[in-house]
Parts: sequence; structure tokens; C-alpha cells
Amino acid sequence: MSISKFKFDKRIVLSFWILLIALIIAAPSLLPVFRLNLLGRYLSLSIVALGVDLIWGYTGLLSLGQGIFFALGGYCAAMYLQITSSSEFPNNIPEFFALYGVEKLPFFWEPFKSPVFTFFAIWIIPALVAGLIGFLVFRNRIKGVYFSILTQASLLVFFNFFNGQQKLINGTNGLKTDVTQLFGQMVGSESMQRIFFWITAILVIAAWFFAKWVVRGRFGNILIGIRDDEPRVRFTGYNPVIFKTIVFSIAGGLAGISGALYTVQSGIVSPQFMTVPFSIEMVIWVAVGGRGTLLGAILGAVFINYAKSLVSEALPASWMFIQGGLFILVVTALPEGVLGWIQGDGPRNLLQRFGLKRKIETYPSLEVNNKEGDNE
Amino acid sequence: MELLLDSLFNGVAIGSVLLVAALGLAIVFGLMGVINLAHGELMMLGAYTTYVTQLIFKLPILKPFYNSYIIVSIFLAFIVSGVVGILLEKTIIRKLYGSPLETLLATWGVSLILQQFVRSVPLAYGTGLVISLIIGLFLPTTFPPKIKESINFKYFKFSSWILAALSGVLTGSVISSTVSKLSRASARNVDVTAPSWMRGQVEILGTAFPKTRLMIIVITLISVIAITLFLNQSAWGMRIRAVTQNRQMSDCLGISTEKVDIITFGIGSGLAGVAGVAVSLLGSVGPNVGGNYIVGCFMVVVLGGVGNLLGTVLASFGIGIMTDLIGAGRLLSIWPDMPLPLSNTINFFATTSMARVMIFALIVIFLQFKPTGLFPQKGRMVEN
Repeated sequence: MSISKFKFDKRIVLSFWILLIALIIAAPSLLPVFRLNLLGRYLSLSIVALGVDLIWGYTGLLSLGQGIFFALGGYCAAMYLQITSSSEFPNNIPEFFALYGVEKLPFFWEPFKSPVFTFFAIWIIPALVAGLIGFLVFRNRIKGVYFSILTQASLLVFFNFFNGQQKLINGTNGLKTDVTQLFGQMVGSESMQRIFFWITAILVIAAWFFAKWVVRGRFGNILIGIRDDEPRVRFTGYNPVIFKTIVFSIAGGLAGISGALYTVQSGIVSPQFMTVPFSIEMVIWVAVGGRGTLLGAILGAVFINYAKSLVSEALPASWMFIQGGLFILVVTALPEGVLGWIQGDGPRNLLQRFGLKRKIETYPSLEVNNKEGDNE
Repeated sequence: MELLLDSLFNGVAIGSVLLVAALGLAIVFGLMGVINLAHGELMMLGAYTTYVTQLIFKLPILKPFYNSYIIVSIFLAFIVSGVVGILLEKTIIRKLYGSPLETLLATWGVSLILQQFVRSVPLAYGTGLVISLIIGLFLPTTFPPKIKESINFKYFKFSSWILAALSGVLTGSVISSTVSKLSRASARNVDVTAPSWMRGQVEILGTAFPKTRLMIIVITLISVIAITLFLNQSAWGMRIRAVTQNRQMSDCLGISTEKVDIITFGIGSGLAGVAGVAVSLLGSVGPNVGGNYIVGCFMVVVLGGVGNLLGTVLASFGIGIMTDLIGAGRLLSIWPDMPLPLSNTINFFATTSMARVMIFALIVIFLQFKPTGLFPQKGRMVEN
């Protein structure tokens, strides 16, 4: 996977950032409320996509279970919101408990009364769960397709668990957040949504820098080494288990943050976040955007979701065909994703094919070697 | 005793659906290291084939043979799913050799397309499309070798595809004009009704067993025996085993790995179709029917180990029996006066969804001790 080859002028970079920040600040007044809310949600999805890119694009672990951590983050946020705005309901517990005749708050809800605990729980709990699952799987050198299947199966387990436990977390109905209060304001109100949008935008940028920091330097090199040749990394004296567990729990933490932001902006968290298709979609955002390019993950998540909502509004039945076709097309024709294609030799090859640009001439032996390298 | 027998039978019944579904997946996985995420949708195609066959057998001409439609549909389902699988192999999977994760994603795309296809295309025209695929893929292989080797073979191929397309359109329109239920697309679930000789129950050793479940066990038994014989006795079976063990060496020794891949993928997909017939007997058939079984099949493959049919058989019956034991809370009825905390735990897991949670946990614990499944492949490679 190619690392960005362009070096822009500092002034261009600076003006790009200024433009971006201006757009973020101005977005609420430029976009209608509905679209702004959608954009905010999709931006929050791009954080989970960053996590997927870290584990799949850089480390070569295809997880089909990121929905677990996404939903866990969402549930943490929703539990706090439900509990803080339950003072007028019987027994001072969230309203839905009365439906199932529960009078005492289940024990694991207790800590979520504290905002500080919730703030940390949103990302630490998913990261811990991810670390545990990851450690148990990686310790046995389960990898490749086996890893993907196990993550998918654990996704189903979590889905079944959350879906079945009405008395603990309202089961299949999920937890609503849009009518709850946060700091005296209604979460679903327009002004709160605007603030959430800004928070999301800032966190996306922060997560991007964080991910860039993770893949830079030795740690990032080891991740790429694990992706390309894990036995060699092991023979060199590194223990891949530790690195894989760390990066998997980082991705889990990012997914948790993303889930919490998505929950407050969509107004509900439910076991639907843990369905199989949703978690695979996360992978495809990264695949289309360009795996191994962090920016590609963000752009992929935002653009594909926007396209999805636009297409589904116009032609509801055709989105499945388009999405399925996109999977096949990207995997067979564009394995590096759009951004990877642009950063690599894609545009030049295209121009060459139309005779607009001359082929680069190198030593024949070099080209043969390159070809061999591609086949590996 | 009776309870135990009942429990065992239920477990075997659950396990045999899993087994026939996982059999094809296991063979393909053993050969190519590829998990075919569209396997569930190939099952769904098999189930829909049963439905279409049933409706066609209700036509006046075929009415006398109505009772045998389920037997016919087993073969038809095998062919339909097999052909779709072959098409999948020829167009997509072949391009993705050596990158199983990419194949995983591409087959997921295929499964989305197949699901939406069943929803938005009338089944009559779907049948027509499948028939033209069958003719187009197989007609060129029946030509005499003289034509096959001639330089104009591509024209013959092309014209056979035209013929195929025409016959497909013809079949589609004939079916849609005669069977009104198939002429419109619908996303609703459909029901397959078992023929009269399969309804009701049989009493064995004082316990009543539903006949449909027995039928499923019989289908599974026949599939397993047939596939074992094929793999162990036939020439192609030997080639498949050879390629499974060492692809490069087999290639060097003159086995056409390309043909082996097509045949294996076709058989694996065909078995998914047979599993679809079994599934259609259990409940209503919808576009999402495959998704309910697919993860169970994966677990069977992971638990059973690669390239070993015995592992697949043991794993699916093991999972089936455990599902029944946990999901129906049977331990409680076998041992009624167990201590309270234990019985509370068992009650907590005594639903279908919680049983899945428990079984998965057990599988993960099992994999801690045997990471490569019940019967791992022996070898001295660093990988696997």
C-alpha cells in the first residue's frame, strides 16, 4: 500500500485547514436541519471506519464484528442519558423498566449515574471487550478467515444477548435518547444537535491525527509487518499477539466513541447496530475509500452513506444491487480503493492506456521484479 | 429414557440441517480456504426452487405426480444452486486466488445481489434466467471434440448462448402465463407445503417423530454418503482431495486445478441447494432465510477442522445436540432437583437466542485448547 507521495506546499495545507474549519463552523447555517443531522451521523461513522482501517488496512485483520464495540459505546451513552432524565418516573428508574415490572435498577446501571464514569466508559469498555476477544483469539494464532468468522459469530452472540434481555436493557426496542435531558437541554433539540455536530467534526479530526500517530514510527511498521508477513515478524523477535491485541482494542475504543456520537444524533441505540450487514458495511466503506489510507476511510464512510441515503430516497430497491455491485467491483477491479488508486499509479496507468502519457522507461529487470512483487 | 431419546432426536434433527448446509461450505473451504458468504443465499435459491417446483407440479399435466415433487426438487435444487455457484466461481472467485479475505467481501456482495434479485424479479423470469444459464454453460461442453478444437469454437459458444437466452425467455413467459403466483415479484415469504405422505408423525419406541424431520435426516444421510463415495471412490474425487492437500504439487502432476475448482465449487453450492430443500420443509421461505443458518455453518466448519468430513459431521451433530439440550432447558428435566443457582443459570440460557450465546462461548473455550478444530490437517508449515 502506498504511503502518500505528494508533498503539498505549507501554505496550501494551511489554507485547506482554514477552509475546512470554516466549513465546519458554517455547516449548521448552510445545511437544512435534516441534512445536517445526516452529515453529523455519517461523520461519526467515519470514526469507526478509521478503526477498521487500522486493523484491516494496516494490520490485515478483517473484523466483521466492529458493530459490537460500536453498539457498546452507544449503549453506554444511552444508559447515562436515560438514567439522568428518569427522575419523574416511578422508582426513579428509566420508564421502560415499568413495562416489565422491574422495580430495582440492575446493578450494572448504577455506575452510569456518574457523567465522569460514562465519559470514560464510552471508549474504555469497548476497548476492554475488544482487547479480551482479541487476546483470546490471537493467542491461539487464529487468523485470516477464521478470525473473521469468529468476530462475526461474537457479533451474533452480542446481538442475541442484547436482543433477548428486555428486563436489563429493553431488548429489541433499544434505548431512546432523543427525549432525554443532558445538562438541562433536550438531546433531540436543534441546538443540542448543532453542538453534537461540532463535537463530532472535532473528534473526527482528532481521531484522524490519533490514527496517524498510531501508524507512524515503529509501532506502525510492526503493524504493516504483521499484515504482510506475520511469521517473519515473529521470527524477528516481536510478539505479534501483543501488537494485534493493542491495535484491536484501539479500534474497539474508536468504535465506541463513534457509536456514542451516532446514538445521540440518531436518537436511539438498539441491537440493530449489531446486525451482520452493518458491520460488513463498515469494512466496505474502508475498502472503497482505500484501505491503508486513513483519509480514505473517512471519505469512504461519509460519501457512501450519503450516496446510500440519496439513492434510497429515490429508488429504494436498487440500493442493495448498487451496494452488492460495489463490493464486487472494488474487490476485483480496485483492490486499493479510490484514494489508494489515486495515490498509486492509477491515474498514470489510465492516461497511458489512452496514449496521453508516455510509459516510464526503466530497466527491464526492474519491471520483471516489480511484477513478481505484485503477484505475491 | 423417553426424554433422552426425544432430546437426542431433536438434536440430530437440528444437527442434520446444519450438516447438509455446512457440508458444501466445508468442502469449498477445505479446497480454497475461502468462506463463501453467499452460501446462505445459495440455500435460499434451493428453497425457492422447491417452491417453484411445487407450484409447477400443481399444473394439470403434472398433477398425478404431485406427491413426488419433493424428490424432484432435491435434484433441481442441486442443479440450480450448483449452476449459480459455477457462475460465481467463473466470474468472481477465480480472480481472487490467494486472497481469502477479499473473496469473503466479494461473496457478501453477491449475497446482497441475490437477496434483492429474489425480491424484485418475478420468480418465473428467475427460473427462465437459471435455465438459460444451465444451457449456456453446459451446451458448449457437449459439442464433439472436432468442433471444440476448431478455431471457430467461439462462434459456436456465442450461438449457444443466444439459444440459451431465447429458451430462458420462452420458459419465463410460459411459466408466468400459466402459474399466476410466480408472475409477480414479491418480497413476502412463501410457504412450501409438504406432500401428504410426509405429513404427520411416526412412532418409534413409543415416541412420536414428525415425518418432515425424518425426511431431512434421510436427505442428510444420503448427501453425506454420496459425497463420501464421490470423494473417496471416483477419479475426480481423488483429484479434489489431491488439490486440497497440495495445490501446487497437484498442478505439477498434471491435474487441472481449474476444473477441480469448478467441480468442487459446483458440488459445494449444489449441496447448499439441497440444504435449501430441507430448510423449506421447516418453515416459510423468504429472501433472508439463508442468514439464519450461515453463522451456524461457519461454526461447524471452524469446529470440525479443514478438509475432514468426519469433523464436519461430528461438529454439526455436537452443535445440534447442545443447542437442543441448552435451548430447551432439558438438563433440568433430566435432573429435576439440582441446586438452585445451577438451575437458575440453566433457565437463563433456556431460549434459542441465549442457547446460541452459550454454545458460542463453549466453542471459543474449545478453540483455546484445539485452535484448528477437531481434526486439524497435519503438516509442517509455519502457517496454519
